[in-house]
Amino acid sequence: MQNILLTIVLAPLFGAIIAGLFPVSRRVAHTVTIGGVGLSFFLSLYVFKYIVLNGHGPYNETVYTWLTSGNINIQVGFLIDSLTALMMVVVTFVSWMVHIYTVGYMRDDPGYQRFFSYISLFTFSMLMLVMSNNFMQLFFGWEAVGLVSYLLIGFWYTKESAIFANLKAFLVNRVGDFGFVLGIAGVLMYFGSLDYDHVFKLAGEGHAKDVLVQIIPGYQWSVLTLICLLLFMGAMGKSAQFPLHVWLPDSMEGPTPISALIHAATMVTAGIFMVARMSPLYEMSETALSVILVIGAITALFMGLLGLVQNDIKRVVAYSTLSQLGYMTVALGASAYATGIFHLMTHAFFKALLFLAAGSVIIAMHHDQDIRNMGGLKKYMPITYWTSLIGSLALIGFPGFAGFFSKDAIIEAAHHAYELQRPGACFAYYAVLSGVFITALYSFRMFFLVFHGKERMDEHTREHLHETPAVVTLPLIMLAIPSVLAGMLTIQPLLFGHFFDGAIFAAHAVFDPEEYHGVLSMMVHGLTQLPFWFAMAGLGTAYYLYLVNPAIPKVIAQYLKIPHQILLNKYGFDDFYQAIFAGGTRDIGKNFWKTGDVKLIDGMLVNGTAAMVAFFSSVVRHLQTGYLYHYAFAMILGLAVLLGVFVLN
Amino acid sequence: MTFTFTPTDLTILLPEITLLTMACLTLAIDAYLPQNMRNLTYQLAQGTLIGTALLVFATYPQQPTVAMSNMFVSDPMGAVLKIFALLIVAVAFLYSKGYLQDRRMFKGEYFVLGLFATLGMMIMISAHSLLTIYLGLELLSLSLYTMVAMHRDSQSATEAAMKYFVLGAIASGMLLYGMSILYGVTNTLDLTTLAQYLNQPQSDNHTFLLFGLVFVIVGLAFKLGAVPFHMWVPDVYQGAPTAVTLFISSAPKLAAFALLMRLLADGLQALHSDWQSILILLSILSMALGNLVAIAQTNLKRMLAYSTIAHVGYLMLGVLTATKGGYAASMFYVLVYSLMSLGAFGMIILLSRAGFEAENISDFKGLNDRSPWYAFIMSILMLSMAGVPPMLGFWAKLSVLNQLVEAGLVWLAVVAVLFAIIGAFYYLRMVWMMYFEKAQDTSPLQANMDLRVAISANGLVILLLGMAPNMLMTLCLGTLGIG
Repeated sequence: MQNILLTIVLAPLFGAIIAGLFPVSRRVAHTVTIGGVGLSFFLSLYVFKYIVLNGHGPYNETVYTWLTSGNINIQVGFLIDSLTALMMVVVTFVSWMVHIYTVGYMRDDPGYQRFFSYISLFTFSMLMLVMSNNFMQLFFGWEAVGLVSYLLIGFWYTKESAIFANLKAFLVNRVGDFGFVLGIAGVLMYFGSLDYDHVFKLAGEGHAKDVLVQIIPGYQWSVLTLICLLLFMGAMGKSAQFPLHVWLPDSMEGPTPISALIHAATMVTAGIFMVARMSPLYEMSETALSVILVIGAITALFMGLLGLVQNDIKRVVAYSTLSQLGYMTVALGASAYATGIFHLMTHAFFKALLFLAAGSVIIAMHHDQDIRNMGGLKKYMPITYWTSLIGSLALIGFPGFAGFFSKDAIIEAAHHAYELQRPGACFAYYAVLSGVFITALYSFRMFFLVFHGKERMDEHTREHLHETPAVVTLPLIMLAIPSVLAGMLTIQPLLFGHFFDGAIFAAHAVFDPEEYHGVLSMMVHGLTQLPFWFAMAGLGTAYYLYLVNPAIPKVIAQYLKIPHQILLNKYGFDDFYQAIFAGGTRDIGKNFWKTGDVKLIDGMLVNGTAAMVAFFSSVVRHLQTGYLYHYAFAMILGLAVLLGVFVLN
Repeated sequence: MTFTFTPTDLTILLPEITLLTMACLTLAIDAYLPQNMRNLTYQLAQGTLIGTALLVFATYPQQPTVAMSNMFVSDPMGAVLKIFALLIVAVAFLYSKGYLQDRRMFKGEYFVLGLFATLGMMIMISAHSLLTIYLGLELLSLSLYTMVAMHRDSQSATEAAMKYFVLGAIASGMLLYGMSILYGVTNTLDLTTLAQYLNQPQSDNHTFLLFGLVFVIVGLAFKLGAVPFHMWVPDVYQGAPTAVTLFISSAPKLAAFALLMRLLADGLQALHSDWQSILILLSILSMALGNLVAIAQTNLKRMLAYSTIAHVGYLMLGVLTATKGGYAASMFYVLVYSLMSLGAFGMIILLSRAGFEAENISDFKGLNDRSPWYAFIMSILMLSMAGVPPMLGFWAKLSVLNQLVEAGLVWLAVVAVLFAIIGAFYYLRMVWMMYFEKAQDTSPLQANMDLRVAISANGLVILLLGMAPNMLMTLCLGTLGIG
C-alpha cells in the first residue's frame, strides 16, 4: 500500500521535474506529465476501491521522519480514509482532464514545458495536502499549492496585470496563512502533537475544551474556539471567503486551464477540505461554527451578486466560484461536513467543465474574453454549447444534475441549523436560498449572451469561428458525464449512508436516513420546493432580460445607478484594501525605509559598523605588522594577561 | 617508570606502524624515481592513506584500550577522528596533485611530509600521556613547517615558514613548560593517573596547577589558532602554496581538537571550572576578531584564515561546557569544519591554473557565468560556513549553541549568534559576487576530471548530510558513549 501511495504522490512530481528542469521537447513534456497524473488517477481509483469499496478501512502510517526536536516529530505520513480517497480521485481526475486540455489550449505558448511542469507540481502539492496525516505536512501542501498558484497566475510574467494579480493573491493568502500557522502552533501547544489521530482523539475526549486564554486583556477565549478560528482564517484565504476573497477574481489573469484546475476545482477547495478534516475540532466549538456559517453565507450571496455585472467570461465564472465556495462553507458551518464535501466534489466537475468550456470559447474568439462581443456561438460550437448547458444546469441546481443534489442538501442543512437555532443560521438560510435565484440569473445571463442572440463579434472573428480540436472538447465531454451523474450516484452513500464514518465527525446527524426515499423521489420532491422555483425564476429572468428584451438591463442599470455602481466597484473592497492596506503598508514601509533603513540602519548601523570595522581593521592591521617579534610579543602579552586574570586572582 | 611491551600492543598500533613503514618506504622509493614516474609516489601515498583508514576501521575499538605502558590509547572517538583525518588528507592530496604539477612542485616531499604529518596527527589523537602528546604534536608541526617552506623560491612562502617555525617553537616551549609544571605537581605523565590525582581534594597546589594549566592552554590555543595566539594563521595561510594551506587548514584541526580533548577532558577534567573561563575568553575573542577582520580582507586565503579563527571560536564553545554532549557537539563541528575548509580551498585550486592563483576574492566574480555548477558548489560551501540551513554547517553551529544553552551559558550563545550574523556578511558577499557581478576573467576552468568530481562530491556531501544531520551527530555522540 505504501508503495502505491508513494507512487501516486511522486509520479506527478517526477513529471514536473522532467518537464521543468530538463530541456525536453514539447511532446516529451506533455507525455510525461499526462502519463504521471494519469497513473496517479488510476492508482487513486484503486486506492478508493481498496479502502472504501472493499472496506479495508483507513490507512494511517508514517513514511519518513524528517526531524525530531524534543518531543516534536516532523514526519511525512499518509492518512487515507474515505474523505481522502474521494479527494484523491477528484483531484487527479480533474487534473488529468486539465492536462489533456492544456495540450490544445497552450499549443502556441512559448512556455509550454514550464506550464506542464507547474500543473504537475500542483497536483503533487495538492495530493500531499489531502493525503497528509499531520498538520505539518498539511501546511507544506498548503504552502506548496499557494506557491504554484502564485507562479501560474503570473505565468505570463511580462503582462503587468498578471504580475499584479499574482502578487495580490500571494499577499492576501499570507494574511490567511498567518492565521493558519498560528492555529497549527496552537494545536501543538495545547495538544502536544501534530498528528491528526492523536489530536482528534484528545479533542474527542474533551481535552482543552474548557481551557481559556486571555489575548486581549479582559476577554477570555476558549482555546478550541481560538484554534478553530485561526485555522479557518487559513481556509478563508485559500478558499477565498469574504473578506479575503479579493484575490480570486484577479487570479483569472492566469491561463484558463489553471483557472479550471486551481482556482475552481481543487486548490480553492483546500480550505473546505481542511475544515471537514478537522471536524472533530470544529464540532467542539459552536462559536467557530457560527462564524463559519455567517462568513460562508455572506460570500455565497454577495459574491454571486457581483457576477451579475461582470462582462469578462472568466470573471463571471470566477464570481460564481466564490459564491459556490460560500455554499460549501455554509454547509461546514451547519455541521454538515459531508454535504460540504459532496458539493465540493460535484462543483469540482461542473466548475472545471464551465471553465474549460469558457476557455474553449476564448480559443474560438481569438482570446477575446468580453461576453458583449459574443453571441450566437451555438451553431459554430455545438460540443462546447451542449457541455456548457450541462455545466450551467448543474450549477443552478436543476433537478437531476449533480449540483441539484448537493445544493439542495446545503440549503436543507442551513435550514436544519436554523431550526437548531445556531446563531447566524437564520441569515445563512435566507442567504443561500436567495443565492439560488442569483446563481441562475448570472449563469444564464452569461450563457445566453455567449451562445444565443445576435452575433456581435467583428467580421474577421466570425469568419474563423469553429469548434475547438478534440484535445479541448474531449475533456469537456469527460467532465460533462460526472456533472450529470455524480450527484445522483453518490448522494445515498455520501449523505445518508456510512461513507464518511470515521473520517468526518459530527455531533449529531444532519440528515435522517429514514427520510431518504431514493433519487427519483428527491427530484420529484425538489420540483415543489422553493429552491427549484427560485432557480426557474432566475433562468426566466435571464431569458427575458437578455434574449427577449435586451434593452432592459441598461434601463435597470440607469435606474438603480447607485447599487449598480457599488456592484461594479465590488463593494469597494479592492479599492479599500489597495488604499489602506497596500498603500498604508507602502507608506509605513517608506517611512521605515527613510528613517529606519536609510538613516538608522544604513547611516548609523551599516555605515557605522563599516566605519567601525574599518577602524578596527586599521588597528588590527597595525597589530598584524608582519614582524615576527611583534607576533611573539602578542603571544607573551596574551600569556601574561591570562596568568594575571586567572592565576593571580 | 617501567616500560612493558606485549604483542597485543602491536595489533593496537597496527595502523600507525603501517603508516610509518609505508611513509619510510615511499621516501626511499621516491628518491630513486625519475621525475616522469612521480605519479607512483602519489599513488603509493594515496594507497597508504586508504589502507591505513581501512586498518583503523577494521580494528575499530568498542571501548578504550591502552597500550605501550599507557602511553597510547585506542578509543572510538580516536578511531573516528583518525578515519576522517586519513580520508581528508587523501582528498587534499587529490586536490593538490594538479596544482603541484602546474607549478613544478610535484615532488615526493609534499606527499612524504604529508604522510609523516598524518602520522603525527594519529599519534596526537591516540596520545595517552603528556609525552606522547608532545611527540605527536612535534612530528606534525615539523612536517608542516617544512611543507610551508617547500616552495623555496617563493619569498612569501619562506617568510611564512620562518614565522610559523619560530612562533611554533615558542608555543611548543610554553606547552612543554606547562606540562613540566603539571608533572612537577602530580608526579605523573599518564593522563588517567593525572585525572585521578586531580580528583582528590586539593589544597595548596591549586595555584601551581593553574599556572601550568595556563601555559598548556596557550600551547593549545596556538595550535588551534585562537586569539590572541592566532597571528601566524593569516600569514601562513596566505604565504604558503595553496596546496599546503589546504592541507594545514583541514586535517590538523581534527588533531588539534583531539589534543584539546586529551588534555582538558581526559587529563584535566577536574579543573574544568578554571579552564572553562579561559576558553570562554579565548572563544569570544576568536569569534569577534575572526569575523570582524575577515570582512576587511581582499585575499580569499587570508579571508578564510580569519574565518578559520572564527570557527575555532565556535569549536571551543562545545568543549568549554565540559559535558559529554558538548564534546560531541564540538567533535561534530570540527568534522564539519574540516570538510568545509577542504572544499573552500579546493575551489581556489579548481579556479587556479599554471601561472595564475585564483586567491583574490574578486577572482570569483561572475563565476556563475563561467560555470554555474561550481558556482553552486561554492555557494553550498559558503552558505554552510555561514551556517545557513539546511547545510551541514548550520547543524554544527546549532549543536554547539544547543549545548551552551543546556549548560546555562545562554549569554554566550547569544554572543556567538551575533558574531555568526556578522560573519555571514563575508560569506554571502562571495555568493553575491559569483552570481551578480560580471566576470573579469572569462577563461574556462582547466581543472582535471578527478578534481572536478571530488570537489562536486565534497559540496554535495555537505548539502546532503545537511538534509540528514542525525547520521553524523549520532556517530559523534556514540563515540563519546552517549545516545
